[in-house]
Amino acid sequence: MPIKGWIEVNDLYCKGCELCVAACPQNVLALDLDQLTPKGYHPARLITAGCTGCNICAIVCPDAAITVYREARQKNKVAINA
Amino acid sequence: MMLAEKQTMDLIYQRPESLSDAITHYCPGCTHGIAHRLVAEVIDEMGLREKTIGVAPVGCSVFAYNYFNTDYVEAAHGRAPAMATGIKRVLPDRTVYTYQGDGDLASIGMAEIMHVAARGENITVIFINNAIYGMTGGQMAPTTLPGMRTTSSPNGRDVELSGYPIRMSEMLATMDGAGYIVRRSLHNPANIRKAKKAIRLAFETQEHGLGFSMVELLSSCPTNWKVTPNEALTFIADHMVPVFPLDDFKVHPAIANLKV
Ligand SMILES: Cc1ncc(C[n+]2csc(CCOP(=O)(O)OP(=O)(O)O)c2C)c(N)n1
Ligand code: SF4
Ligand code: SF4
Ligand code: SF4
Repeated sequence: MPIKGWIEVNDLYCKGCELCVAACPQNVLALDLDQLTPKGYHPARLITAGCTGCNICAIVCPDAAITVYREARQKNKVAINA
Repeated sequence: MMLAEKQTMDLIYQRPESLSDAITHYCPGCTHGIAHRLVAEVIDEMGLREKTIGVAPVGCSVFAYNYFNTDYVEAAHGRAPAMATGIKRVLPDRTVYTYQGDGDLASIGMAEIMHVAARGENITVIFINNAIYGMTGGQMAPTTLPGMRTTSSPNGRDVELSGYPIRMSEMLATMDGAGYIVRRSLHNPANIRKAKKAIRLAFETQEHGLGFSMVELLSSCPTNWKVTPNEALTFIADHMVPVFPLDDFKVHPAIANLKV
């Protein structure tokens, strides 16, 4: 089974530039045209299953808006209060 | 995904501590932001946050002092290397770096950058080459590509009239005072990773007292290039890299052997 990942986009920082959308190797990101950030941009969102937590989107994000999680192997588990 | 599932996940990446909470004023997709993030990640990883002093330029990155969680000062246009010299000489135990655009560094600040390298000042320079004056509306810079349209070269840079682009890294690498001079690019994930490693090695050069260090980063300006953020990355790969080759121009032997 492929590794499962998850990302969160902080709408305070996201400017809807689409660099993450184009860079995601799994094509699981898109701008959400039904939402606006406080600055008035359409934020990036996971649109379907298949994120592997590969971190590529966070590497290209110019606004450090993305937090990346990946399925825990065994130890190092963190509790996420989201 | 359900909350229960998320709780069994490892945190892989989050916003670095050395970035402040501020929302930057950079245009969407401008890779100044990527450069900031990489510098912040390196400062975090090396544990330098409490002793770092940044020197901001004039240009789009003029507000860099608001965007980092470290001490920061603001220099007059082009004078960041001179200011960094003074700070480093008075406070030699601090990590001192400048962050400068190509107008700031290669035009009005040409004298300061050449002499800081010649003196071998033990500071680091992060040099953002986006081939244009971003802040002032997209005028020609010393790094503008031949034929490239800017607001002050509307028919494309004419090399007969305005000369050729200046390759700062190549020039500075001739200075005996330089310990680490490389050029990297921010146009895709692989190159961004290499850029981060170079920033790490530049700061390591300073921490090891090996002289002047600079990382030149090919960077985008989607607004003044008048393209989308993703098209701007393609422009870097297709048009800037051939003129500004990605290479190591000078690496001190002690840094070449360093494992980070
Ligand atoms: C003494 C002085 N001369 C000119 C200017 C106008 N000016 C402001 S920013 C800039 C150039 C910025 O270009 P660059 O350094 O490439 O940075 P970018 O905005 O592209 O990041 C100039 C000429 C100024 N502020 N001060
Ligand atoms: S972590 Fe990788 S797979 Fe998941 S959204 Fe980001 S780029 Fe796509
Ligand atoms: S790269 Fe960052 S700022 Fe750009 S759309 Fe994706 S999350 Fe938003
Ligand atoms: S004008 Fe260009 S360099 Fe300045 S913030 Fe906008 S895209 Fe970036």
